[in-house]
Formats: sequence, C-alpha cells, structure tokens
Amino acid sequence: MATVTPDAPPADAPVQQAPVRRTAVRKRLVPYWLLLPGILWLLVFFAAPLVYQASTSVQTGSLEEGFKVTWHLQTYGDALSEYYPQFLRSVLYAATATVLCLLLGYPLAYLIAFRAGRWRNLLMVLVIAPFFTSFLIRTLAWKTILSDGGPVVGALGSLHVLDVTGYLEITAGQRVLATPLAVVCGLTYNFLPFMILPLYTSLERIDGRLHEAAGDLYARPVTTFRKVTFPLSMPGVVAGTLLTFIPASGDYINAELLGSTDQKMIGNVIQSQFLRVLDYPTAAALSFILMAAILAMVTVYIRKSGTEDLV
Amino acid sequence: MTALTRWIRRNLVVIAGLGTLAYLILPNVVVLVFSFNKPNGRFNYQWQRFSTDAWTDPCGVADLCGSLSLSLKIAVWATIGATVLGTMIAFALARYRFRARPAVNSLIFLPMAMPEVVMAASLATLFLNMGVDFGFWTILIAHIMFCLSFVVTAVKARVMSMDPRLEQAAQDLYASPAQTFVRVTLPIAAPGIAAGALLSFALSFDDFIITNFNAGSTVTFPMFVWGSAQRGTPVQINVIGTAMFAVAVLCVLVGQLAGARRKRS
Repeated sequence: MATVTPDAPPADAPVQQAPVRRTAVRKRLVPYWLLLPGILWLLVFFAAPLVYQASTSVQTGSLEEGFKVTWHLQTYGDALSEYYPQFLRSVLYAATATVLCLLLGYPLAYLIAFRAGRWRNLLMVLVIAPFFTSFLIRTLAWKTILSDGGPVVGALGSLHVLDVTGYLEITAGQRVLATPLAVVCGLTYNFLPFMILPLYTSLERIDGRLHEAAGDLYARPVTTFRKVTFPLSMPGVVAGTLLTFIPASGDYINAELLGSTDQKMIGNVIQSQFLRVLDYPTAAALSFILMAAILAMVTVYIRKSGTEDLV
Repeated sequence: MTALTRWIRRNLVVIAGLGTLAYLILPNVVVLVFSFNKPNGRFNYQWQRFSTDAWTDPCGVADLCGSLSLSLKIAVWATIGATVLGTMIAFALARYRFRARPAVNSLIFLPMAMPEVVMAASLATLFLNMGVDFGFWTILIAHIMFCLSFVVTAVKARVMSMDPRLEQAAQDLYASPAQTFVRVTLPIAAPGIAAGALLSFALSFDDFIITNFNAGSTVTFPMFVWGSAQRGTPVQINVIGTAMFAVAVLCVLVGQLAGARRKRS
C-alpha cells in the first residue's frame, strides 16, 4: 500500500494528488461498506415485509385462487368492528401490567441501587437468572401456582380477596385461572425484568450526595424521593414502561396459557387468523393497526416525557 | 412497638423489593420442585409424589432433545450472524458522520419498538408469497433480523464511550491502522460485543412468537413446550428448564469468582 499521508513532504505534489484523492474517497465509503450487509438484512427482512404486509391487507382472494390487490379497505373496517374488544383488552391489560411492573419493579431497583451494598451483584443475578429458564416453562408454572384449590387461591378465598375481585369482575367465583387477573399476573411477571433493568441503570447513576444534600436542606425522605430521586430516574421510567408496554400489548402467550376465550388479546386474533384460519388479509390489517397504534402512542409518550434522546 | 414500626418504615423499600424478588423467583422454584414430580395424568400441574425418573431420563420424551439441540444450533448461528453484522453497523454509527445516519438509527430502533407479532406476521407473509419453504433457514433469518438491533445498541454504547486518545496514542507509537484495531480498539469494544452476543443467544434461544410464525413444521424447544401445553406437559421440560437455570447461575458465579481473583492479583 502506498504510504500517502496528508503530512507527507510535498516534493512532487501534482503526482501525489491522485492517490490522495482515491484514498479519501475510499475512506468516505468505509461506513457504507460497514453498514451494507446489516442494513440490507434489515431492509429485506424487516422493512420490506412491513410494506408487503400493508399491501396484503388490501388484497382479496382465497388460498386456492390466490390473493390480488383490490384496494379492499373494507377489511380494515370489518377487522376493527369485529375485533375491537380484543384491541381494547390488549391496551387495558398491557397498561395495567405496565403500571404493576412499575409499582413492583421500582422498590427492587431502588433496593439494588442504594441499599444492597455488597449484596448488589447477587441481587442482580437473581433478577436476571430466571430468564434462563424458558419463559414458556415459567408461564406454565403459574398454572400450578394459581391452580384451583391450590394454596394461593385458598388464601385469597379465605381472606375474601376473591369476593372483592369477583365483584370487580377480574376473577370469577373461586377461580383465578382463566380470568383477567391470571393473564395480567402473567404479563406483569413476564415483563418485570424489562422494567427493573432500565430503572436500575438510571437509579445507579444518581450521585448519592444529592440525597445527603436534600436531607441537609431539611427534606424528609418522602420529599427527597419526590423531588430528587424520582425525577432523576425518569429516563429509566420511560424506557422501562416502553419495554414493558410494547411487548405486552402484542403478547398472546399469557392469554392463551393462563386465560380463557374471554381473555383473548389482539395477538391471539392475529395468530389464529394467520396460522389457523389462513385469512392473511385480515391478519395483515390487524397487525398493521396494532403497529400504527403502538407507534402513535410511543411517539406521543416520548414527546410528552421529554426524553427524545432515548432513540 | 414503636421501635418495630419505625424499623418497618425505615426498611419499607427493602421489604417491598424483596417481595418483588420473591414474585420473580417463585415460578423457578415451582419448576424445580415439579421436576421431581410423578404426575398421574398427562399434565404436570399438580403435585403427586416424589420421583427422580425425569432426571435420570431427560430425553425420554419423543422429540424433546431433538428440539433442544435444534434451538441451540439456531441460537449459535443467529448469535454469530447478528454479532458480526451488528458490530459492523455499530462501528459505522459510532465512528463516522454520514448523511444516512438518522435513517439508519431509526431502522435500528424500529424493530425494538415493534410488537413481535407484527414482525412475525409480516415476515411470514413475505416468505409465504415468495414460496420459500419454512424451516431452519427461515427461523435463522428471522432470528438474525431481530437480534441485530440489540447487538448494535450494546456495541455502539461501548465504542462511543471509548477514549479516542487511546487509538491516537497507538498510532503515535507507529501502529498501523490494522494493528491499532486488533490490539487497541477490539479489546476495548469486546465487553460490548460480548454483551450483545449473550443477549442475542438468550433472545434467539427463548424466542417463541417469531418462530411460531416462521417455523412451518420445524419444532424448536419453545415450540415444543408450547405444543406440550396442549398435548400434555412431560416432567422432562421442567428438568431442562432447571438445568438451564443452574448452568446459567454457575457460569455467572464462575465469572464473578474469576473476576474477583483477577482483581486481587
């Protein structure tokens, strides 16, 4: 390789100009060569399918005769009017699970960040380790935990909790399985680590002296939390809620394993339309609506919470 | 009494945090306990009596170990693919200014902000219309696709926080660009690359939704568990789940001990 560097002695400058320019061009192309294979992969297998799906959603036809683009927008209307309960349920369940994750995850993240001392690493391992048992196996374990007549249901029954939840229609009779409570419990459980990890990351960055300073200025612990700790952990709260809400809203595993037909979410509908009914236009329309709804909600949420540097 | 209430109030966050931890760990305990169960019917949901049958014969169920090795194979290849492609993108984003940067950034971010079922259905639609046979390759392609973004994020963060003076110092000491990259840049970026690779492996190995749509009749381990929820859950899946948990915890502990020893010496 010709060792042409910008600070080489300009003895015969005109002769050297050409190679200099060629290396400059080659250097400018380096990032594009690095990007090419990965970006191509994402364009072909992520972006193109989304466009393709948008076109599928306005096709009509059958599996035998093939599908044709007919701009049949009616599919969207039919899909929405038939499956809006599942849409609403998905948003409701996912939002409830997200709030529960925040309420349950915050104390644990706070504990690990500020109070754990030399137990910190062990606690982190305990948060991450359950991941290594396939989540489907762990979700099935909830079937055992919440089984009819089991200790959990028995305790909730004798404490009359089931009477209250039954009145609120989130459980039915002396059962927890196959009720909204079981599905939300499973969703909360499955996505809790996605809340805890970003919360922990943002809490851990907080300078402990800020707490001391707040205390020195006569702030009570609650005030310190409200005015110092919580605002500083906002990036973690935003990231955590997104990481929980987005996968929860499209999930169909918890509803399938822990719920009954009355708890089906939009993911269940898309899955059965695609894999069982083989109605591809409807499946495409539903997943397109889900995608649009999520992207709209996420955009508004990120704007409102003022952390656009997240992306 | 007031001392007790004061203690509780002071340690409220500890109590609540440990409660959450118990909620997180409880299913794993159940999986462990029920790996020693001997159920009466086809389903392993109710405790009957103690038995080590499943542990002595973990592959005793048809297709279970086949699906497990398929999942491992896919996870290894998906990790290699996603780590190589993702690291290249991360270096391009962290080191170079170019016009398409914002577009590339959003293309990396979008797969992470998309419900899995949407990606799964759209990719399967594409394969279906191109007449591709579903199986090993379609699963692998899908897994590399959704792991890529996570590798990019992990590696980019590490490369961005690298002190550029280290590389300048290497060049001042007459290291060629290639030497600088291999001796300086790569070792510093290694923890980010390792984190991305580990995440890819875990995501790919445990993926269900995208695989469900793109596997055809090929059965990975999560697909096997899903099917068994309908047909009858063999005790062996609890054995595999517990063993994976134990191996992972062991790896972490060995890593921690090695790290502690290196720090001491």
